[in-house]
Amino acid sequence: MWKSLHIDPKKCTGCLQCEMACSVEHTGVINPSKSRIKVFSFETEGRKVPYTCTQCTEAWCLNACPVDAIRIDAATGAKEVHDDVCVGCKVCTIACPFGTVNYNQDTGKVQKCDLCGGDPACATACPTGAITYVDADWTGLDRMRAWAARANTAVSE
Amino acid sequence: MGWNRKVLRVNLTEGTCTEEPLNMQWADEYLGSRGLATKYLVSEIDPKVDPLSPENKMIMSTGPLTGTPASTGGRYTVVTKGPLTGAIACSNSGGFFGAEMKFAGWDMIILEGRSPTPVYLYVENDKAQLIDASDLWGKSCWETEEAIKHHHQDPLVRVSSIGLAGENQVLFACIVNDLHRAAGRSGVGAVMGSKNLKAVALRGTKGVSGIKDMKAFMKITAEKKKVLADNAVTGQGLPKFGTQVLMNVINEMGALPTRNHKDVQFEDAGKISAEAMHEKRPTDGKTHLVTNAACFGCTIACGRISEIDKGHFTVVNNPKYWGASGGLEYEAAWALGAANGVGDLEALQYANLLCNEQGMDPISFGATIGAVMELYEMGILTKEQIGIEAEFGSAEALARLTEMTARGEGFGKEIGQGSRRLCTQYGHPELSMTVKGQEFPAYDARGIQGMGLTYATSNRGACHLRSYTVASEVLGIPVKTDPLTTEGKPELVKAFQDATAVFDAAGICVFTSFAWTLADVQPQIEAACEGDWSMDKLNEMGERIWNMERLFNNAAGLTRKDDDLPPRLKTEPAKVGPAKGLVSGIDKMLPEYYSIRGWTEEGVPTAATLARLGL
Repeated sequence: MWKSLHIDPKKCTGCLQCEMACSVEHTGVINPSKSRIKVFSFETEGRKVPYTCTQCTEAWCLNACPVDAIRIDAATGAKEVHDDVCVGCKVCTIACPFGTVNYNQDTGKVQKCDLCGGDPACATACPTGAITYVDADWTGLDRMRAWAARANTAVSE
Repeated sequence: MGWNRKVLRVNLTEGTCTEEPLNMQWADEYLGSRGLATKYLVSEIDPKVDPLSPENKMIMSTGPLTGTPASTGGRYTVVTKGPLTGAIACSNSGGFFGAEMKFAGWDMIILEGRSPTPVYLYVENDKAQLIDASDLWGKSCWETEEAIKHHHQDPLVRVSSIGLAGENQVLFACIVNDLHRAAGRSGVGAVMGSKNLKAVALRGTKGVSGIKDMKAFMKITAEKKKVLADNAVTGQGLPKFGTQVLMNVINEMGALPTRNHKDVQFEDAGKISAEAMHEKRPTDGKTHLVTNAACFGCTIACGRISEIDKGHFTVVNNPKYWGASGGLEYEAAWALGAANGVGDLEALQYANLLCNEQGMDPISFGATIGAVMELYEMGILTKEQIGIEAEFGSAEALARLTEMTARGEGFGKEIGQGSRRLCTQYGHPELSMTVKGQEFPAYDARGIQGMGLTYATSNRGACHLRSYTVASEVLGIPVKTDPLTTEGKPELVKAFQDATAVFDAAGICVFTSFAWTLADVQPQIEAACEGDWSMDKLNEMGERIWNMERLFNNAAGLTRKDDDLPPRLKTEPAKVGPAKGLVSGIDKMLPEYYSIRGWTEEGVPTAATLARLGL
């Protein structure tokens, strides 16, 4: 069973623990500028939104890569960049409609979320449950439950 | 180690930026941030220096836990000699600026001299340069931040800047970072203005790589975050209500200073409380509060993001204030509200927005307005002098005087000197609710006795954050003490002062201490930093930092008489509430405190004390 990162922006406080955890997991250095998940702050609206790769099934990045450096991890469903193959051409960064594959000047390769092999550090680090790792078929479960609870009240009234 | 081991020294007179190694022996003795920056400052400047002269220096410093996943590890400190007090100034801010300094590869930035023309410092990793800021001079903190990001075509730059208040050297001007966080107290923004330094902008992509044992560090910081999450104050109260959770609590205790401390309870406290911020307004059906927000790395997230009522008289014709923005926190709500008898939440938020926009400390500003209103009530100040009728409770006066002070217009220039100078000028120094020239924060020293001693002995002038005994006297953390008695308070104040100095030096937020003791911080420092970091060493370090600050103040000319409260708190008893009939017992507590500190009766550390602390 694959799981997906599920993001609830309403719960995000903008603390960037996810960015720190991501960078430590992948580089061993605390460095949000190398994080594969980014939190965006829309100041005048008071909104914070974490954003990262959603692991498309028909992944644009994977299809665009000329050297097959992006491959599917069968266990997690993550589209992973293989650094030993990537030539840093950045075509995937153009292909991705969401901007979630990015070039890393330090390594000369591209980087994207790889779901940390099935235990995403960002979700573990998130203090508010804004980022969770849930059954890929049921990312809407919480929202359904919330609406179901309201429907139930209406019926009983 | 948690340090980058690198100091950036900027000589504004010469226009040079040079790199220096961090003094690691001092890091071992003073840790970082408040402790280490103060060590540098006291070693480099004459304590008698004019705070607004080029000979004063200003240090921006991080701690070893700044820029790490240790919860709240985003703090940085500005240390300088303060123009409001003439004492050591040490103002701490959250937001994202401090962490960015670490990510750019620096621990500390020392700013010295005075630039002949306005400049800002731009640091991109190893590269540091001074850039002409003549086009930014005259702009607000908000405009400056936006202009710098635009100029560098980089939305990820982090900026600390001064607004008009700092440029005009308002003595309680602050340095604002990330739009609504501030190194708020003691007038550090005026020092920055005196140096013709408009802003410091940072961009760091190097990260923090020197953690001693990353695996152990990630594990222990995760454990300690859980302690914060499981605690009722840091896990529930602060995220939901912010520091404003205290408004009704402190009012009930009869310890909410009202109308320049004439009263100890405010009849409209409920209208400016956390609960009020959660209620739907009758005017537009929206709540004042939009959401909570965190500073870098903070898992508490006490920050308030609010939206002012667009139809309110203060902003109805000014759409730039209509968006979500920071505020109100308890201290600002008190100082702008109860201290002046103003119970209009939207007016307080307007004044708070102006303070953030132009870089003013809302505590000192609001408290100074309290003094102005009392002088007006007494007939000492008139409408003609002030420019507006300034009776207690007037939201119009508050709003107008905030604009005038922020922009340096008319009587606003006199308000910008702070309440001590203003009250002295008009012949009533006793009406200034200050210690060492710095205005009181939001706790009455009659109803919470420990806070009286806290204010009197705070090295940076009246301040609640140097030994927040409210934790013990009100909330029972770590143990409940009786707020109405002086007994045991000297010991309590000393213990809080020393421990807080270590929290500050580490680079974390003092609000963690609602749930953490020093024993929770110690293993996080231990996992991050090379060397021995035993509890004994940290306790001694806190005491060393405190005494170092005290020595600087003594050398600057401050004496025992500067450790005193205004006569009102010693002679006018609280009129109502649990503290009814009480005055502050400061005269009883102070000698005991000196003795416990190992200081002479005149408040000077003895030779034995200095030798014990290695000073």
